[in-house]
Amino acid sequence: MKRFIGFVTKEFYHIFRDRRSLFILFGMPIVQILLFGFAITNEINNVDIAILDHSNDAITKEIINKISASKYFSIIQLIEREDDIESVFKKGNVKAVLNFEQDFSKNLIKERQATVQILTDATDPNTANTISNYVNSILKKYQQEQNKAITINYVIVSEPRMVYNPELKSVYMFVPGVMTIILMLVSAMMTSISITREKELGTMEILLVSPIKPFQVIVGKVFPYIFLSVINAIIIVLLSIFIFKMPVQGSLILLAFESILFIVSALALGILISTISATQQTAMMISLMGLMLPVILLSGFIFPISSMPIPLQFISHAIPAKWFIIILKGIMLKGVGLEFIWKETLILIGMTVLFMGISVKKYKIRLE
Amino acid sequence: MGISINHISKSYKHVKALQDISFDVKPNELFGLIGPDGAGKTTLFRILTTLLIANEGNATIAGYDVIHDFKEIRKHVGYMPGKFSLYQDLTIEENLKFFATIFGTTIDENYDLIKDIYVQIEPFKNRRAGKLSGGMKQKLALCCALIHKPKVLFLDEPTTGVDPVSRKEFWDMLKRLQQKNITILVSTPYMDEAALCDRIALIQDGEILQIDTPETIVKQYPKTIYNVNASNMYQLIMSLKAYPHQYSVYPFGEFVHYTDTRDGFNPDELKQYLQAQNLSNITIEKTQATIEDSFMEFAK
Amino acid sequence: MNSNKVIQVKGLTKMFGDFTAVNAITFAVEKGEIFGFLGANGAGKTTAMKMLIGISNPTSGSAHVAGFDVFTQAEDIKKNIGYMSQKFALYDDLTVKENITFFGGIYGLSKLKIKEKTKEMIDDLGLEDVANQLVGALPLGWKQKISFSVALLHEPKIVFLDEPTGGVDPITRRQFWEMIYRAAHQGTTIFVTTHYMDEAEYCDRVSIMVSGKIEALDTPKKLKEQFQVTSMNDVFLKLARG
Repeated sequence: MKRFIGFVTKEFYHIFRDRRSLFILFGMPIVQILLFGFAITNEINNVDIAILDHSNDAITKEIINKISASKYFSIIQLIEREDDIESVFKKGNVKAVLNFEQDFSKNLIKERQATVQILTDATDPNTANTISNYVNSILKKYQQEQNKAITINYVIVSEPRMVYNPELKSVYMFVPGVMTIILMLVSAMMTSISITREKELGTMEILLVSPIKPFQVIVGKVFPYIFLSVINAIIIVLLSIFIFKMPVQGSLILLAFESILFIVSALALGILISTISATQQTAMMISLMGLMLPVILLSGFIFPISSMPIPLQFISHAIPAKWFIIILKGIMLKGVGLEFIWKETLILIGMTVLFMGISVKKYKIRLE
Repeated sequence: MGISINHISKSYKHVKALQDISFDVKPNELFGLIGPDGAGKTTLFRILTTLLIANEGNATIAGYDVIHDFKEIRKHVGYMPGKFSLYQDLTIEENLKFFATIFGTTIDENYDLIKDIYVQIEPFKNRRAGKLSGGMKQKLALCCALIHKPKVLFLDEPTTGVDPVSRKEFWDMLKRLQQKNITILVSTPYMDEAALCDRIALIQDGEILQIDTPETIVKQYPKTIYNVNASNMYQLIMSLKAYPHQYSVYPFGEFVHYTDTRDGFNPDELKQYLQAQNLSNITIEKTQATIEDSFMEFAK
Repeated sequence: MNSNKVIQVKGLTKMFGDFTAVNAITFAVEKGEIFGFLGANGAGKTTAMKMLIGISNPTSGSAHVAGFDVFTQAEDIKKNIGYMSQKFALYDDLTVKENITFFGGIYGLSKLKIKEKTKEMIDDLGLEDVANQLVGALPLGWKQKISFSVALLHEPKIVFLDEPTGGVDPITRRQFWEMIYRAAHQGTTIFVTTHYMDEAEYCDRVSIMVSGKIEALDTPKKLKEQFQVTSMNDVFLKLARG
């Protein structure tokens, strides 16, 4: 036990004396969360749009007023002819054009149906989608108000198909993903680097030629990072609660338990990486390419798994991060308990045991 | 309590690192393994410290087999690898404490053994190892290797890259350690350090050239060596090499070490020859062989 | 200025803040001389050498290398010197020939000249069999001989050698010194920095730096006489211990 404590103490000296790594360790989660939360957002503000109103009647004017009154859009141009639409887009400022058909009011009242075309600049597909969703919701709102006032029901059909929920903030979607990435990075990359550093410096030779046992070295290496990763997880959760007002719906204890489980599985992966790499550089490359990319691309964090080709979907099952993200979303957003996520939890436990087993077995008691 | 090495061979992919190495190190002996870089010294050290497994042969350290009893060996040997292998971001005291702890002991318990060495670096005990001079690093590394009172001490090129003053101090420390019942195996590429060992093994390209006391090895040198000097070093070497009776011609500091193939060699004859080659200020004097001469003779 | 003095240094000083790394050193090296520049780690010899090869600006004093002023003509100095260190010598992942071509190119040799030099070097060192092998696969001794020849490729007036023969076997080492003697014989000045005292024994003259100053400068023979010892190692020990 004394040996173990001595070892852990030494690890903490390393960690706290390496200012740069320490900054990355704790600066990164904060920066990432803030970046994803504020900068990379699906919400829009004051988007410049143009209007082409063939009808020019009372109803279209009212709708246009509603749109220009919203904080999302500012109408910067009124155009006269269809031919102008393209030139307006080409100038680049205008992100969308609303094209009201001729006799809009007449059609609406007579046929109970009128059409407004929403043209969006899809060079940035996300923004385009969001814009059309916002316009859509304004139109719907207008419709509902009208339906209350007049007893006759009529319908405005708009062409875009997606439904947008203005209540759903994008940061809610990012928090579980970012938390997964950070925990993976800190745990796996930092442990693999710290073990390979001993190899590179030659201190591993001295450790091997000493009575300290392999599992003492491994646990001694892993322990400080469990501690640091838990702190990181707490920072992320606190940031999302207090800065982004994102409530954690489910049990905090369950959240803590699942996080530690994921951290341990990532640490086991880190040890595994360190057994196959001889230098810190290799360990870092393998961690980045072998862990980070799959976590970002295949875990369902950014790209939905259901829309991936079948082989990739298959691969995604092998990625612990995928299961952790499902668990996180379940606990944080839906507020579910263990009864809904026991399957994912079991899979994570299985993976952790497997990685730990392999890495203890692969840990060399000699140099080759 | 010594070391016994029997027919050890080791190959890497294409290279034979060690070929049929056998020798014994007696208890409390200061034994030197002398050879250039790439001779196989480090490989042998790693096999003896249980870090590598030999392809053939076996070895025992203090009676323990290097393969089967590796756990016992790891408790009882001290090892100082060739590269400076301490934690640069830890202070002198933290390094020493750490190694004491993992060997299950404390600094106080074995302070007697390291006292002589440690007092020299103790004034800087709160300085990080990375900021120490070469000589101080080396002393700290030795303290760390000694902290658990090992029976056998392995020092792989401890004096490489260290200045002459620190080198001398280091060898003085080894002599004192020997008095405290520790068997020491030390490797070095410096031939002049051979004389400081009780016995030495000369090693090159994975093969042992000779094992004996430094005095005996030098005494057994088969030829008479002459120190030859002249005004132009390059011309002197070329002329000597062109001399039909030369056996060996090696530049040796300000002289050239010359040996002749004939038993009844007359230096005057050589002098005349050199004069005919337009060399001036020629001196030819008998000199003693050194370990380096012997090494070259064996390696020839 | 005497044309035979290829290195002339007067009162050369380098300060880092309050710390004087090189303290007003003065010496001269003649054409074709093998000059040993000795000192313990941290005595200032690396700093001094960096000033001489034009990669570090002196604080004060003057120095001329190959006839050029280190203050104003650093680029000309670089063209006229060769450099070889034990740490950096050749690219391990290039073949012997590729290394020669590369370094020849750096120093602006024409293709024809490089071809000529390559052949000369391969014949000289007996490299026929290994010319197309990767340098990394060669023994240390070979690498050092090749890198010394590479440092001589552009026929520099002075070659700076940084601990050139540490760790090599005794025979290869002597072959290496024979190469150095030959280069010196042909008029190249050799400037050796080292803290291995046995390398010092081979030099025509040596200077020994202690704490930024040159404390001794003479032939190894005279220094040994002066300190009444038998080796440069002992000379150094006496000097360093004051």
